[in-house]
Amino acid sequence: MLTKPVYIEKATATFELTNDQCQLKEPDYKRMIPNATLRRRMSRIVRMGVATGLQCLEESTTPVDAILTATGLGCLADTEKFMDTILVHNEELLAPTAFIQSTFNTIGAQIALLTGNHSYNNTYVHRAFSLESALLDGGMLLGEEEASSVLVGAVDEMTPALQTILGRMGCWKKYKPGEGAAFFLLSGSPSAKSLVEIRDMELFSGCFTEKEMADRMARFLRHNGAGDAQIILPDTYKPYCGEYPTAMSFALWYSCSWMKDSDDTRPVLLCNSFLNNHSFLLIKKV
Amino acid sequence: MRVCVTGIGCVSGIGVNVGEHLRSFRDGQDGLGPVTLFATNHDVPVSEVKQTNEMLKRQLGIPLSDERSRTALLGMTAAGEAVSDAGLDLRVSDPALRVGLISSTSTGGMDLTESFYPSFRENPSQGRLRFVVSHDAADSTERIADYLGVTGFRTTISTACSSAANAIMMGARMIRQGMLDVVIAGGTDALCKFTLNGFASLMILDREPCRPFDASRAGLNLGEGAGYLVLQSESTLSKTPYCLLSGYANANDAYHQTASSSDGTGAFLAMKGALDKAGLQPEDVDYINAHGTGTPNNDASESQAIRRLFGDRVPGLSSTKTFTGHTLGAAGGLEAVFSVLSLRHGISYPNLNFSTPIEETGLLPLTRYQEGMCLRSVLSNSFGFGGNNTSLLFRQYTR
Repeated sequence: MLTKPVYIEKATATFELTNDQCQLKEPDYKRMIPNATLRRRMSRIVRMGVATGLQCLEESTTPVDAILTATGLGCLADTEKFMDTILVHNEELLAPTAFIQSTFNTIGAQIALLTGNHSYNNTYVHRAFSLESALLDGGMLLGEEEASSVLVGAVDEMTPALQTILGRMGCWKKYKPGEGAAFFLLSGSPSAKSLVEIRDMELFSGCFTEKEMADRMARFLRHNGAGDAQIILPDTYKPYCGEYPTAMSFALWYSCSWMKDSDDTRPVLLCNSFLNNHSFLLIKKV
Repeated sequence: MRVCVTGIGCVSGIGVNVGEHLRSFRDGQDGLGPVTLFATNHDVPVSEVKQTNEMLKRQLGIPLSDERSRTALLGMTAAGEAVSDAGLDLRVSDPALRVGLISSTSTGGMDLTESFYPSFRENPSQGRLRFVVSHDAADSTERIADYLGVTGFRTTISTACSSAANAIMMGARMIRQGMLDVVIAGGTDALCKFTLNGFASLMILDREPCRPFDASRAGLNLGEGAGYLVLQSESTLSKTPYCLLSGYANANDAYHQTASSSDGTGAFLAMKGALDKAGLQPEDVDYINAHGTGTPNNDASESQAIRRLFGDRVPGLSSTKTFTGHTLGAAGGLEAVFSVLSLRHGISYPNLNFSTPIEETGLLPLTRYQEGMCLRSVLSNSFGFGGNNTSLLFRQYTR
């Protein structure tokens, strides 16, 4: 779908890999969000997203031309908190903070606010297409030459209520529950700092047999002249990061870190499937 | 490549299709009334769609036993109308035609979640799962896609009150980049207890009908509904389009999480950006469908931005939220439909309940319904929480 390749200049995330184990590592909040009042008011997902996003922008000398965020379920803890308040206080004298922060665009808006950025700002909220849509939008802005650098990030949080509800639906049979934030600084042209190149992506929907999926993948790789690509399926990365709508952001962040130092120059195909939405992301070492 | 509008569909407190909306506008009939959809202590007027979920399901041919969020039902109703209006039947159309759906919502399936949560909260093994599976924002989009027969690209945008305008903008860009031939774009939101209490907690709900741009304005009225456009590339047209979507811009106010800046920077940048994209000057705009929520803050900020861009030559402007209430994630979609109708029939909509201008800016919104005027281009503003501001510019179609 991409008309032009996109380059990832920097990637930040709330993960740490040690001894083949992936752990959630929350950013240094005090450093990234020095204003204590603001930091305290933020719920965990907002703090995670804002700090990871700001970290990604840390070395940028010029303001980014777009801030794009992605989240499957948004600010759930705030949503639950506000629903609780409505019930407990019987709709009276409610504090607005949880409601304000429950909106899906809170993280993108806070990053714009804290960096004084007036440029294009958008939030995608479509299950496993959330990050992919934001990357597509970013790629389009760079392709349209409306932008020369774009911040794209994905954030989802796990709450006890969500874990219980999805558990009752039988969602944890294959992978454990996951969460996290990952942000990417994109550019339309390669530089010495470029980590990986996103060559192309494909988003498609429907119920497919294994054979149909394999055919679709082969066609996509052939179209991009990437028949030798290493294929990274959800079974490869979800055991590490767990299952959540924007889990692809973990796979992309992880690929950025290992591909940079690897001698293997073959392209990598990242795959994700969630319900009837499927995506391919073809990346390559620059 | 030019982006054409070939279909429109809408549902709100003043009607369940385009024809009913036109009649309500002509009659000066707003959709306001007390809350009937759920029990609440808040005694404020809201603009509810005057149909129950059962009625909507019947019209859509959905079995009454199928659980659907009201957000999805409203979206299917309006998007379905837009697609038929465009003369498309996506189930039998040319498979080479690349069709996408870009929808927006702020509440998603919250109306159903509210039936789930109280029992779940008491006991986590309780609460019927069928009420919570539609919670996420993508659910309504997927349901609409299935209902319309869209098998290709779909995504969902949520940027509070500018959501649908951003969905339409993304649709136009995907057509311009040659990624899609046809895009159904807009937004849907059902009224629910969560949002009603949210806006009540912000203390910006007016107990009276809202008075956008009036010195006495004291807040907004919430509404619900859905509005969708069918956007098409010029090369795939099978009918004369309503108009062109020739400009759009998204900018961030970067001032405060919920409040707008006093100088209206974000609003100014969005409107100016849309004009620049279309290659037009301020004097080319003949009507502005303002965001005009009726809150002291929004209208002051939007007025300043309009003065900054248009100076002393402000085109006719009005807020149709005086009819529909503020439909949040659907507002940009509904108001895009009204803007298209404005160009098509030369309509200027009255800004109801106006008497005294805001002292600082002195803007005088239109107060009388008029049709048959010659309008060249119309600007539609959608501004939201988080400083997310987007303007769309619609223009007469010329061959």
